[in-house]
Amino acid sequence: MESDVDLHAAYLDPILDRYGCAATNLLQILREAQEHYGYIHPDAINYLIAKLQVPRIRIESVATFYSFFHLQPHGEYRVLFSDNITDRMLGSIELMQKMCQQLWVEPGKMSEDGLVSIGTSSCTGMCDQGPAMLMNGRAITHLTHQRVQEIGHLIRNRTPLADWPADFFRVQDNIRRKGLLLGNTLARGDALCAALVLGAQNIVESIKTSGLRGRGGAGFPTGLKWEACRNAAGTVKHVICNADEGEPGTFKDRVLLTSHADLVFDGMTLCALAVGAQQGYLYLRGEYRYLLEPLQAVLQRRREANLLGKNILGHAGFDFDIAIHLGAGAYICGEESALIESLEGKRGVPRNRPPFPVTHGYMQQPTALDNVETFCQAALAIQMGAENYRAIGTAKSTGSKLISVSGDCPRPGIYEYPFGVTVREILQDCGAVNTRAVQISGPSGICVAESEFHRKLGFEDLPTAGAFMVFDDSRDMFEVARNFVHFFAHESCGFCTPCRVGTSMLKQTMDKIAEGHGTKYDLSEVENLDHVLQTSSHCGLGRTACNPVLHTLKHFRPVYEKRLKSLDFEPAFDLDGALARARQMTGRDDAGAHIKAEEI
Amino acid sequence: MNNTPTFQLDGADVPFESGQTVMQAALAAGHYIPHLCYHPEFKPHGSCKLCTVKVGGRTAASCTMPAEAGLEIESDIEELNALRRTLVQMLFAEGNHFCPSCEKSGNCMLQALGYDLEVHTAGFRHLYPDRPLDASHPDILLDFNRCILCELCVRASSEVDGKNVFALAGRGITKHLIVNAESGLLNDTDIELSDKAMQVCPVGVILKKRVGFSQPIGERRYDKRPISAQALDDAPRPPAGAQHE
Repeated sequence: MESDVDLHAAYLDPILDRYGCAATNLLQILREAQEHYGYIHPDAINYLIAKLQVPRIRIESVATFYSFFHLQPHGEYRVLFSDNITDRMLGSIELMQKMCQQLWVEPGKMSEDGLVSIGTSSCTGMCDQGPAMLMNGRAITHLTHQRVQEIGHLIRNRTPLADWPADFFRVQDNIRRKGLLLGNTLARGDALCAALVLGAQNIVESIKTSGLRGRGGAGFPTGLKWEACRNAAGTVKHVICNADEGEPGTFKDRVLLTSHADLVFDGMTLCALAVGAQQGYLYLRGEYRYLLEPLQAVLQRRREANLLGKNILGHAGFDFDIAIHLGAGAYICGEESALIESLEGKRGVPRNRPPFPVTHGYMQQPTALDNVETFCQAALAIQMGAENYRAIGTAKSTGSKLISVSGDCPRPGIYEYPFGVTVREILQDCGAVNTRAVQISGPSGICVAESEFHRKLGFEDLPTAGAFMVFDDSRDMFEVARNFVHFFAHESCGFCTPCRVGTSMLKQTMDKIAEGHGTKYDLSEVENLDHVLQTSSHCGLGRTACNPVLHTLKHFRPVYEKRLKSLDFEPAFDLDGALARARQMTGRDDAGAHIKAEEI
Repeated sequence: MNNTPTFQLDGADVPFESGQTVMQAALAAGHYIPHLCYHPEFKPHGSCKLCTVKVGGRTAASCTMPAEAGLEIESDIEELNALRRTLVQMLFAEGNHFCPSCEKSGNCMLQALGYDLEVHTAGFRHLYPDRPLDASHPDILLDFNRCILCELCVRASSEVDGKNVFALAGRGITKHLIVNAESGLLNDTDIELSDKAMQVCPVGVILKKRVGFSQPIGERRYDKRPISAQALDDAPRPPAGAQHE
């Protein structure tokens, strides 16, 4: 008993020390605690309760919110196949089945010897080099039958992850087209120096003049946000960089953090100067765990160069530093107020607004929260001058935009364009042929068909956070929509009734149609559900959850109708399906073990 | 004579005090807006969305929306009542609700809203979740089948009782109520019959043992009058020390 406590104290104490033994860092503490056993040990929870002085229920309620936390053993090797539609199009489901067979496990369950578990995860942001997986939280790309088989052998031989071929973990930038951002030749701190010459007030004015709008998708004017934060009452303020890049099909922030991290941090630091913040946070999605050490090294070099810390670049009183917090598998934390809740060590549930983060953000203090790319663009706007910046792009969408191209095209990767580029131009550049549809800005965005390929990316026409998933004429757009619907149901935080229940009902309806039991009634029910979700959901997740179905119904109604029964209504109860368990238990799958449709 | 600010609710003037939400002001003035997760004694959090109203073409949860002078709010209109009907159907489909045999029948807000909003059909395929009872406590029964995740017990336990007996765990459709014990059982928590958390469940999750059906069904609160006719009974009582005094 005594020794058990010592056992956990040995690895937990340093973690607790590092995080100031503060419950606001609960997420980080749990994450690091989990890295020890692959799950959060019950005795570790008891130890944390005592040390952090929080009720057990707080730890359990937080830990169970995030997909990557486990309170029970989950296998020495925990395999999660990325389950975006682009991974599926590259054969991820078949690869997962093969691996399950090879290692004798069922998807979602741990093997009886506790060696391995295999499951799926929402898009891991490797769509340009999929199919991808997370292996004990580390990204593995370019999965093939051979690679999956090799992984199976390594697992069976209990080879430590450190001894696996480094090539497995290689993540490429795949930058295909450069513009002012990806082509910039700025040295570390250049933009910050330009900002220091301007001074705080002029930074805000400059950003306002530049016309810069948030690159996370919503497009709120960045200058107005910074101004509101600057003017907000209070002396303690924060800057948060949203690197919780969870929208399926988006991976531009990963590339920026890999190859332009200093520009990101320059942007955050000049924002801190503008709004008067002392502390910054980079909220990095858990899927990008592998970027943690490199980013920490970048931060350390900046401290050594006096680009962070006290009296930055000799300016008395300009103190600012940046900490990195990792997410733990929750798409909803990309919503700014949910992200702040998560940063405070809580469940990532979006807050009621107003008040907004600019006045009541992290710790209820004024907070400027922007997307990774927004901070980069802000740094560029300051460096090149607001007027020069606003000359790029369109009237209401100034500057450039990084587009994450994936799906059916020979050259997936990152493309940078001035705003105003048409869908068709991007398709030509990435070499896509016979394109049936493009999903702009991820599942919560817009599905455009060929008749709309002349449309332009920008806040005037097609607003986008950057995802650009291409589907050619071999793809079944119903299955695309169904994948997205499953994604929303999995990622709903569950706070409000319409989203929590509605996304599950929508999933049920799509599955019913897929199984051949759908009717016209089900399609009209989707429209009804959409109205309920649109009008009463707590946040954008619920409000956009029906979009994939509505958009594909609009353009590709026949792919739904060919699956429908002609009846007006058919119950979802599936007699033959109800026998599935009996078939599994008896090992039978012959004709006699099935009920034919006519018999029903 | 007075310059109390007002907003309009379905055409009627509703006076309000600074800091009140639309729901608080409406209930205080005797106007009913359907709700489940709102309770006058706790900070509103707006999760059930039954109280959704329309303001200038936009929708918002009235329990968390700050009252403002001159707002023109619509609540008792068919579009919103249809929405509420669907939300009630969703809550019925999400849990396991068997009104005829439920100890809370007639005192249950979900059931009362179902009648009041004329929810005549199931609407959705029921999910039939597996939610075992917790009968571990000698005096208290927890029937999670009926939980609508309103968090009133969570808020009562932490805000009033200072105990944290209840919390929500999980995410999305797997979200569920848990209690604060390593065993996961209520008997190992510090709950007491006198706790505020014992009194706030709008449905039939938290039940006192050995008093079931002491009041016959048919003579209970919502058996006598529809829930919408009892709005004033739910009027907010300002917290001690706030506003008036």
